[in-house]
Amino acid sequence: MSATAPAAAAAPTVVSARALTRSFGDFIAVDRVSFEVARGEVFGFLGSNGAGKTTTIRILCGLLAPTSGSASVAGYDVATEAAHIKTRIGYMSQRFSLYSDLTVDENLRFWAGAYRLWGRVLEGRLRWAREVAELERRRRTLVRELPGGYRQRLALACCLLHQPPVVFLDEPTGGVDPEARRRFWDLIDELSAEGTTVFVTTHSMDEAERCHRVALMHAGRLLALDTPRGLKADFAAGTVLEVGCALAARALPRLEELPGVVNAALFGDRLHAVVDDPARGRAIAAALDEAGFAPVTVTPIAPSLEDVFIRAIHAASREGAT
Amino acid sequence: MLAVAAKELLQLRRDRRTMLALLAMPVVLLLIYGFALSFDVRDIRLAVVDQSRTRASREVIEAFLTSGYFVRVADLDEPRPLNEMFDRGIAQAALVIPASFGADVAGRRPTALQFVLDGSDSQTANTVLGYARQIVNATGAGLFAVELRPPVVARPLVWYNPDLDSSLFLVPGLVAFILMVSSVIATALAVVREKERGTMESLRATPLVALELLVGKTLPYLLVASVAAAGSLTLAWGLFDVPIRGSIVWLALITVLFLAGGLGWGMFLSSLADTQQVAFQLGLLSSMLPTLLLSGFIFPISSMPRALQLISHIVPARYFISALREIVLKGVGPEVWWNDALALVAFGAVVLVLATVRTVRSL
Repeated sequence: MSATAPAAAAAPTVVSARALTRSFGDFIAVDRVSFEVARGEVFGFLGSNGAGKTTTIRILCGLLAPTSGSASVAGYDVATEAAHIKTRIGYMSQRFSLYSDLTVDENLRFWAGAYRLWGRVLEGRLRWAREVAELERRRRTLVRELPGGYRQRLALACCLLHQPPVVFLDEPTGGVDPEARRRFWDLIDELSAEGTTVFVTTHSMDEAERCHRVALMHAGRLLALDTPRGLKADFAAGTVLEVGCALAARALPRLEELPGVVNAALFGDRLHAVVDDPARGRAIAAALDEAGFAPVTVTPIAPSLEDVFIRAIHAASREGAT
Repeated sequence: MLAVAAKELLQLRRDRRTMLALLAMPVVLLLIYGFALSFDVRDIRLAVVDQSRTRASREVIEAFLTSGYFVRVADLDEPRPLNEMFDRGIAQAALVIPASFGADVAGRRPTALQFVLDGSDSQTANTVLGYARQIVNATGAGLFAVELRPPVVARPLVWYNPDLDSSLFLVPGLVAFILMVSSVIATALAVVREKERGTMESLRATPLVALELLVGKTLPYLLVASVAAAGSLTLAWGLFDVPIRGSIVWLALITVLFLAGGLGWGMFLSSLADTQQVAFQLGLLSSMLPTLLLSGFIFPISSMPRALQLISHIVPARYFISALREIVLKGVGPEVWWNDALALVAFGAVVLVLATVRTVRSL
C-alpha cells in the first residue's frame, strides 16, 4: 500500500471543479462539488453506485454540460472548450470501450486514428501500447477471445495512445480477478510517476487505499477529501471498536441504541462501532451480553477507509434529517 | 473519418449476417418479387358456352385458347351453370356465343358475343377485358375479311415496352425498394449497435466530431450497397430482360445519390433509437411503406389524391424510380432527369444535416 501524498504546493493544478452541479429534472446527480487535482496525482472517487461519480467524470470529459458551477481540465473550461479537452484526456468508460469483433491491432489502430495519430508517431505508440498491454504476441487475436485482465489493460492502453496529461478511469477493474487488478494498479502508479494525472472511480476500499487522495461521494455530494491516512486519522484513537458476538446481524439494532455509539455497521460476521469515548467498550460488552448475544468480545481497532465512509454517510444523513 | 470507415469495413467483413443481408437479400427479394409481382395475367379459367356450333364460333374459341391467356375449364351448351361456376371460382371468365352467331357471320350482319367476367379483382378483370377485346377484334376482322373497315382506325404504338410487359415497369421500382430498405436498416443498426455496446460513449470522448463519425460509418455501407445495387440491376437485365439502354455511368451516379439519401436516413433514425430493435422497426416502417406506396413503384402518383401527391415529394424513391426508368428503359441522359437527381441530392443533404444535428444533440 503506497499512499504517499504528492508535494501539492509544487505540482500545478490539472483538474479543478468549483461548486459543480448537474441535475436531471428534479434529481440532483452532482451537488455543488469542489476539488482540485494536481499533476501526477492519483485521485480516487469513492462512493456507492448512484453517488454521482460517473456524472462528475462525464462533465469533466466534456460529454455532459454542468447545470451550474464550473470546472476546468488541463486549463480548458468543460462547458465552452470541450473540443480542446477531448484532445488532452483519455477516458475509459465503465462500459467496455473496445470492439470485441476486432483484433488487438485493429482496435489500437482505430483508436489511434480517432486521436489523429499517424506516421512514425503512430507506429511508436502502437509498439508502446502492445508492450503495456502485454499483447505483443497476440496482435491478431480477436478482443473477445482475450481474458478480462488483458482487455482492461488494452482498453487503458487505447485511451493513452495520444499521451494525454489526464486520464479518467471509471471503475476500471470491474469483473477482473485480484491478481490482474493488482497489476492494473501497478500500471496506474507508473503513469502517475511519469506525470500523468489519474482520476479514478471505485467502490472498492482496497483500491481507494492506493490513491494519493480520496474523495468520498454520496448522493451527489462530496463528503470528505483527504489522503487515505488523513481520512483515517480523523478518528480519535480507540474510538473504532470491533464487536464480536453471536447473531451479529440481530445485535446491530441493539448496538446502535446504546449510549455513546455514534454509528455501527455490519462487517461480515462482526460489527464495527464508532464511539464517542474509548471507555465505552466495557459497557457495550455488558449490555450485549445481557441482551443474550453472548459470547461478546470488544476490541479497539485501527479504522479502515470503510469505517470512514460509513461514518461520513451516517453524519450526512443525520444532517439531512434535521 | 478514414479511421472510422476502415474500422467499420473490418467489422462489416467479420459480421457475416449483416453482410449476407446486404448482399444476398436484394437478390433473393428480386427473384421472389420479380416473378410474383406481375400485372400480366395468364391461364385465366374460361368457360365456353357455344350455342352456335359453327365454323365461325369454333374459330373464335380457338383464337381465345391459342392466345395463351386462357385455358378452357368447361364446354357448355347453355349459360345457366355459369352462375355456380363463378360462385365457386371454377371459372374466372366465360365466353358466350349466341345461336345466331354463325348465321350472322355468314350473312355478313353485325353480331355480338357475350364475355362474362369475375370483377371482384378489378385489376385482373381490366387486364383480361383488354385481352378479350384484342382477340375478338382480330378474329372478327379475319372472319369478315376485308369487308369490315371502319372509317377511322386507331393504331396503338407502344414505345419503350412494346409488349407492355409489366416486369419492365416494375423491376426498376423493385430495385429501388430493396436498396432503400436494406440501406436504411443496415446503417441504423450500425450506429445503434455502438450505443448498445457502450462504445459510443468512448468515441464521444475522442476528438472525432459527429460528422466524421457519421460519414465514416456510412461510407462502407455505401460501398457494399452499391455492389448489391449493381448485382440487382445485372440480375434484372439477365433474368427479366430489362434492357439497360442508358449509360452505366449515369446509372451508377443516380444509384449512389439515392443510396446516400437512404443511408443518411438510417443515420437520422439511429439518433432517435436507443436499441437495435427500435431502430429496426423504425427503419422498416419508414423505408418500406413510402417506397412501396408513394413512389410510383406500383401505384401511379398521378392518380393519387392531392394530399398524397404532395407527401410523395419527400419520398426519395419517387425520384430514383422515375430517373431509373428514364435511364434504363429510354436510355436518356441527365438533360431529362436532372431535376430528379437534384431532388435526391437535396434529400441526402437535408437528411445528413438532420442526422448530424440530432447526433450532436443526443450526445
